[in-house]
Amino acid sequence: MTTLITDTTTVFSRELRPLLRDPFTIIFSMVQPLVFLGLFAPLLPDNSLQWFVPGIIVMSCLFACSMTGSNLLFEIQTGSHERMLVTPLRRPALLIGRALKEIVPMFAQAALIVAVCVPFGFRFEWAGAVVGLIILAAFCIGLGALSYTLALASKNQEWMFWTVQQTLLFPLLLLAGVLLPIENGPGWLQALAKGNPLSYVVDAERSLFNGEIFTSATLYGLIAAAAVGALGLWAGVRAMRRSD
Amino acid sequence: MIETQGLTKHFKDVRAVDGIDLTVAPGELVALLGPNGAGKSTTLRMLTTLIPPTSGTARVAGFDVVRHQRQVRLRIGYIGQGNGAGHSQRGRDELISQGRAYGLGVKDARARAATLIDSLGLAEVADRRVSSLSGGQRRRLDIAMGLIHAPDLLFLDEPSTGLDPQNRANLQEHILDLRAEHETTIVLTTHYLDEADSMAERVIVIDHGRIIADDSPARLKAEHVGDRIILGFDAETEAARATTTLAAYDPAREGARLTIATQGAPRQLPGLLDDLRAAGHPAAEAEVIRPTLDDVFLKLTGRSLREGGAAETRELVEV
Repeated sequence: MTTLITDTTTVFSRELRPLLRDPFTIIFSMVQPLVFLGLFAPLLPDNSLQWFVPGIIVMSCLFACSMTGSNLLFEIQTGSHERMLVTPLRRPALLIGRALKEIVPMFAQAALIVAVCVPFGFRFEWAGAVVGLIILAAFCIGLGALSYTLALASKNQEWMFWTVQQTLLFPLLLLAGVLLPIENGPGWLQALAKGNPLSYVVDAERSLFNGEIFTSATLYGLIAAAAVGALGLWAGVRAMRRSD
Repeated sequence: MIETQGLTKHFKDVRAVDGIDLTVAPGELVALLGPNGAGKSTTLRMLTTLIPPTSGTARVAGFDVVRHQRQVRLRIGYIGQGNGAGHSQRGRDELISQGRAYGLGVKDARARAATLIDSLGLAEVADRRVSSLSGGQRRRLDIAMGLIHAPDLLFLDEPSTGLDPQNRANLQEHILDLRAEHETTIVLTTHYLDEADSMAERVIVIDHGRIIADDSPARLKAEHVGDRIILGFDAETEAARATTTLAAYDPAREGARLTIATQGAPRQLPGLLDDLRAAGHPAAEAEVIRPTLDDVFLKLTGRSLREGGAAETRELVEV
């Protein structure tokens, strides 16, 4: 019999298969942030790789999982999403499986980024990094599920998906202090950043990659990621039930 | 196999489905016939758990479609209007993952996929991207997807829309074979009159979200329309005399032509012609017109399905 895990595996491997059959696109997208890093990192003050690399990892995962719904839009139009809704696949598995398909290649990419940065002085702790990626995965599953929900809501007007996705993604990134530290910004900006769950995830990633595991930053990051994960799954399951 | 009571769906102010009571026994092949927007697809979407009813209840394969969605989903197959197989996928991959979704093991899913690929004539295209297949091939792949778990009950929503006549005939044959082999209960929607007529033993005519007729094609036609015999004569005077000869049939005369409304016209016609010859004014020509389901629909609603339904494009397909 099936379980949530086997269902998720079914959805995940279905999504991943076309990529594996045509791996060129995936290789190309994995190299992109390295180019970004190579052009941006020399502009940073010395020794800031330690601060910057976790942010880049978060950023690339965020870009990827916010696209979860874009593949779905096409499958809503052609009919294969409807076909999957009629199968006994558990609804959360549809959300998690699709989000994981975006996240797993990004984790491979994270490993690549770290490997490239270590010779330039980036230091990290294995245990912390693993905990960091688990927290990041929870956050990204939530965001992927929200992207899925957005695709369901904009199935008859595709432009809406892109408008909302782009409008939300950049403020979310900038207000989490991914590219530049928030501490130097004005008070209102810092207040907004405090309300952004991604800020806590980014802070947690930085301290975890440094090997500081049992800290309040980890705890807040975990809570923020779990909350976004739960919200995404709740909204996604609800939207699937109501979609007509 | 299916039992609904007062099944209703409103979209905002539109009563898409307006109180449908329907019972389908195991093994039946039922066609829901009606123009686009009549509520056929919406009914099917409620029966397949895709949308919840606004009111009323439906039990499918023994389970309530709202409270036991999963149990219903495990027992039904569904072939929707679109393509079940993802366009960026390969057919065989999709069949295997579909099998996995229904709980088959990897080995069983592979074996089942291979069997269906074979029986639906997809061997040459199963390992190609779905987007490169022709419309007919994709439709056969969709059928294979719907059958992966050998369901007892299969729903098909407009299965042959968009196919050319040859592919339509081919598809209908596949569906009938399936039924003959596995005694699958089949419910399909269509706005093709000939499809409903030739395939289904039971046609349910739906209009404005309600069932307006429910019987075998033959009985629907006999009950609501009946046959017509048209007799032509060389002169109006002969036709007028023939009216007297055939008074028992209550013919209507129009110039040199008589029209008789009746049942079982093919068996009556030879006798009629003999009577006319014996009376000395034989018919010059004779024609039997048998009713179509469109005539039934016209009689019931005052509208023709041909104008309102079949000719329309897919953009008008209901939500």
